[in-house]
Amino acid sequence: MNVAVNPAAGGGFSRLLGRFGWAVAGIAIVAVFWLLAGYWLSVNPTTVTFSKFGLIPTLQAFPELWGEGKIQAASAASGYRLGAGLLIAIAIGVPIGVLMGRIKWFNNYTNSPFQFVRMISPLAWTPLAVLVFATWNGSIIFLIAVASVWPVIFATAAGLAKVDPNWFKVARNLGAKPWHMLTKLIVPAIMFDVLSGIRLALGVAWIVLVPAEYLGVTSGLGYAIEDARETLSYNHLTALVVTIGIIGYFLDGTLVSLIKRFSWHRGGV
Amino acid sequence: MAIRGTEIKIQGLTHRYTPRSPVTFNRVDLVSPPGEALAIIGRSGCGKSTLLHILAGILKPTEGKVLLDGTVVGAPSPRWVMMFQAPHLFPWMTVSQNVGVGLSFGRWSKQETEERVKEAIKLVELENWAENNVQDLSGGQQQRVALARSLVMEPELLLLDEPFSALDAFTRASLQKDVRSIAKRKGFNIVFVTHDIDEAVIMGDRAVIMAGSPGNIVHELDIDLPDPRERTDPVVQSLRSRLMSMFQEAAHYKKPESATLT
Repeated sequence: MNVAVNPAAGGGFSRLLGRFGWAVAGIAIVAVFWLLAGYWLSVNPTTVTFSKFGLIPTLQAFPELWGEGKIQAASAASGYRLGAGLLIAIAIGVPIGVLMGRIKWFNNYTNSPFQFVRMISPLAWTPLAVLVFATWNGSIIFLIAVASVWPVIFATAAGLAKVDPNWFKVARNLGAKPWHMLTKLIVPAIMFDVLSGIRLALGVAWIVLVPAEYLGVTSGLGYAIEDARETLSYNHLTALVVTIGIIGYFLDGTLVSLIKRFSWHRGGV
Repeated sequence: MAIRGTEIKIQGLTHRYTPRSPVTFNRVDLVSPPGEALAIIGRSGCGKSTLLHILAGILKPTEGKVLLDGTVVGAPSPRWVMMFQAPHLFPWMTVSQNVGVGLSFGRWSKQETEERVKEAIKLVELENWAENNVQDLSGGQQQRVALARSLVMEPELLLLDEPFSALDAFTRASLQKDVRSIAKRKGFNIVFVTHDIDEAVIMGDRAVIMAGSPGNIVHELDIDLPDPRERTDPVVQSLRSRLMSMFQEAAHYKKPESATLT
């Protein structure tokens, strides 16, 4: 007798294990390697100075840094710069992407120059940013915006290119005005692509943020890492690096949830 | 949902896509009384779909005009709504949201919208699917949603551009009867383009045949039959044969001239 087994029919614990089991196992493997590396550093006389890079000293640094309010302050400063830079990138990128996707001649004119500028490392703009902006904060926000605007533009344009022209015909036929085309048709139709672009932009922005904060500023996660290196507080340094990873992971997870929420692709109507 | 029909007057309608393009059709004249279901049949390229797009205000004529109860059609309007060959539903919306989308473009209260959407969904018998995403539906059900989306606007004229050609025979037959039945109950006009002679006889009160290049109306046939119409009915089959003969005769039509049919 064949008995059909539904894998989703298990208890709550099994479902939780199924969902997070692989992630926990992966992190556990990395932790074991880190622990072993820390042990190796501590038993070797030539590397004992660096033993604080190990897992245990790093974990011990967290309550210390949290108690001093350093993690919170650095995360808030970096978060502000990241948020401002991304908002500027979205505010500029989405309308330009819409124009590129909707107006052929605009796309023809802009595609090559944009592809060219996109390939320039965002950090290559640093000297220019320092000259143009009066504050370090302004320069960093500019660098983040420059880094993250391209994925937003190109993802939005790609989303628009996929919009069925017949939807516009149907909407016009039912009395839609240009405002309705934008709010009822274009925005929901391309939301998935825009959010995918923002997800890519967030990754790039997060990568650019830390080296950008090595410049001049006296706040933020990049500055805190540089400060920890200069004061030889290696366990603080690794704790801050892990903090960057954790924040980035959760920001990405939030965007993945939003993408899932706004995704309507199922093979098309 | 109170809908009334409209008198359609097509006067000297000529169309070409660009000044250098060949004339699609030339000096077409036609009158359709309120509440009539008018079939336009003809071979590909004779301009029947273009004529329908002009009736919907989606395309502009090169010469001549279309009047609905004396109002010149110059742009799309909720008074004259077109239903296309494919449903072209908005896939991120539910059935209810798709049906109500046209109302959301106008100034309708939430309560009025809900009432009209509910009634339109009931007309096309999709009450059990109202809150489903349209991607959950079959092709026939999606075309019903498109029909409800048009009906909810309470148009005086419903234009159909080969709306059931992509559907299977059973679904097509069922929708043909439903559309005619709803139109007769509500009293609005239908103008539909089709290649299917059966469809013209089952759905229409009158059929006009377009032919030639540039196209024009070369024949017409009154389809004065009681409802419901069955394909197996000898009277239906006899009319079908007559229309087919006219269609075949029109296929050999050579010299295009304007025709006035009322």
